[in-house]
Amino acid sequence: MHSNRYCNRIIVLPFSVLLEIRVKPDNSGVVTDGVKHSMNPFCEIAVEEAVKLKEKKLIKEVVAVSCGPQQSQETIRTALAMGADRGIHVEVAGKDYETLGPLQVSKIMAALAKKEDAQLIILGKQAIDDDCNQTGQMTAALLDWPQGTFASEVSLDGDKVKVVREIDGGLETIKISTPAVLTADLRLNTPRYATLPNIMKAKKKKIANVKPADLGVDLTSRLEVLKVEEPPQRQAGVKVETVEDLVGKLKETGRI
Amino acid sequence: YNEQVYGLTDEQKEFQKVAFDFAANEMAPHMAEWDQKEIFPVETMRKAAQLGFGGIYVQPDVGGSGLSRLDTSVIFEALSTGCVSTTAYISIHNMCAWMIDTFGNNEQREKFCPDLCLMEKFASYCLTEPGSGSDAASLLTTAQRKGDLYILNGSKAFISGGGDTDIYVVMCRTGGKGPKGISCLVVEKGTPGLSFGKKEKKVGWNSQPTRAVIFEDCAVPVINRLGEEGQGFGIAMKGLNGGRINIASCSLGAAHACVQLARDHLLVRKQFGETLSNNQFLQFRLAEMATKLVASRLLVREAATALQDGRPDAVSLCSMAKLFVTDECFNICNQALQMHGGYGYLKDYAVQQFVRDIRVHQILEGTNEVMRMIISRNLLTEL
Repeated sequence: MHSNRYCNRIIVLPFSVLLEIRVKPDNSGVVTDGVKHSMNPFCEIAVEEAVKLKEKKLIKEVVAVSCGPQQSQETIRTALAMGADRGIHVEVAGKDYETLGPLQVSKIMAALAKKEDAQLIILGKQAIDDDCNQTGQMTAALLDWPQGTFASEVSLDGDKVKVVREIDGGLETIKISTPAVLTADLRLNTPRYATLPNIMKAKKKKIANVKPADLGVDLTSRLEVLKVEEPPQRQAGVKVETVEDLVGKLKETGRI
Repeated sequence: YNEQVYGLTDEQKEFQKVAFDFAANEMAPHMAEWDQKEIFPVETMRKAAQLGFGGIYVQPDVGGSGLSRLDTSVIFEALSTGCVSTTAYISIHNMCAWMIDTFGNNEQREKFCPDLCLMEKFASYCLTEPGSGSDAASLLTTAQRKGDLYILNGSKAFISGGGDTDIYVVMCRTGGKGPKGISCLVVEKGTPGLSFGKKEKKVGWNSQPTRAVIFEDCAVPVINRLGEEGQGFGIAMKGLNGGRINIASCSLGAAHACVQLARDHLLVRKQFGETLSNNQFLQFRLAEMATKLVASRLLVREAATALQDGRPDAVSLCSMAKLFVTDECFNICNQALQMHGGYGYLKDYAVQQFVRDIRVHQILEGTNEVMRMIISRNLLTEL
């Protein structure tokens, strides 16, 4: 007999990413002031999946969480306009935001998951600005929950989740128990546009403000960025006339 | 993209984002094809209507989105970056839906507005005739009362959507000469006596068909009249105040897209050993274009706010916005084309389509000359 209990709460973590990357003149990092932010595409897919599960009546409530400065609220509003029920803005600003990485975020998520009694956490598989691909996995480890990463298909069955994962060798299907962490890959779904009426309804939805200290999370980074550089400028090539010349050149430059 | 956002509320930024995303994903990839093959993109427009773009400033009780004129301007400006011609038609459709919503009785609103808001049905605005363009109040299409019906005779010219749309909002003469003899009737496609001229071949706006609309003893129920007899011209003009803001907003979107295209081109194209962006003349020219774009945007948004708030200067401001912005934005797009050099003249490059599409904005919904008439009349009338 399978239990009729269905998931009550999903937390999605939409992240905003920089749309334009420019290295700071002192090579200490990337310029973030005044650069346009937008919701990470994989996170949009995560939000869409959560909203779809709610529309299928498999879960009751979708909570959108974002960690960052004031601007992060815009990302939460977009998630609300797509159908999330309420938001939580974890305020991280200034220096703390510059050093905020997957480890800190996953500690925040783990604390929130316990506080909110969530059954599922869905995130984008990675942020397109730093490409870390770590937050989901670390969150699962901190909570000691199973993880279904690189999901291209998700289905709920009682208190189990079937996840089809995109892996190097092809597709892998796993079944994990809830509570669990899932990370969304590109082909999981096509995110909807927010509609004008939903954007207006989103205004009435609540966004709670929380500080990392309230969750007992220490934001100190274990990493120190030594240097950020642009990739080397592409050098002009050299044309050769014969195959012998080509082999000669390759030997000369130590390639063979 | 950045500076369009300043001064907007969070909500308006969200509307703008949806409109931009829709324009980039659903419209821009097809803009050239729609123009070259003269396709009226019904499915795409219906997708837009699903998001609430079919009746943006129509009231929610009949399916509209109930937004403000400023929200509307922001949305049309963003959508235009994807395709001016299609966005301009959507704005005309919105204007008609609003006229029925505002001046219709509840039966008319409930009968026509929900389908229009979803774009299940499309609308056309019929004022201009072969013999009356700028002198709109001299229109000749007659509507003779016969019991429960009006019998319409006459023809309308240059009707956007004509022949492909379902609902025609028609200004016609029920009384004596001049504006006070004009009434507004809603005529449905398929009514006997309603026919259409040939599809016009145009320089731009090719994703919407333009045809003459012909009435030959066309019988229209009296219950399709919006408001009272003699109120039609006023209704038409009130529709156009908003229409002028919408058209100006479409010009803004085109100019914005063209400034970006020009900028990108300057950063890539090299002559005389360096990129064009190092050329002072072109730098200065780009600065002028961007400055006039921002000035235009401010004027349109102010006019939109004035209209929304029912300010006494609203009609003047709407006319000023239409006049200034359509002229300036055409120049901006034209200069962007020039900056592309020979490539700007090829249909492989989008800039020429923006130029062709917004050229007509200086002409329709009241020529820019008529805008001067309205503005000067307001200035010279003693209160």
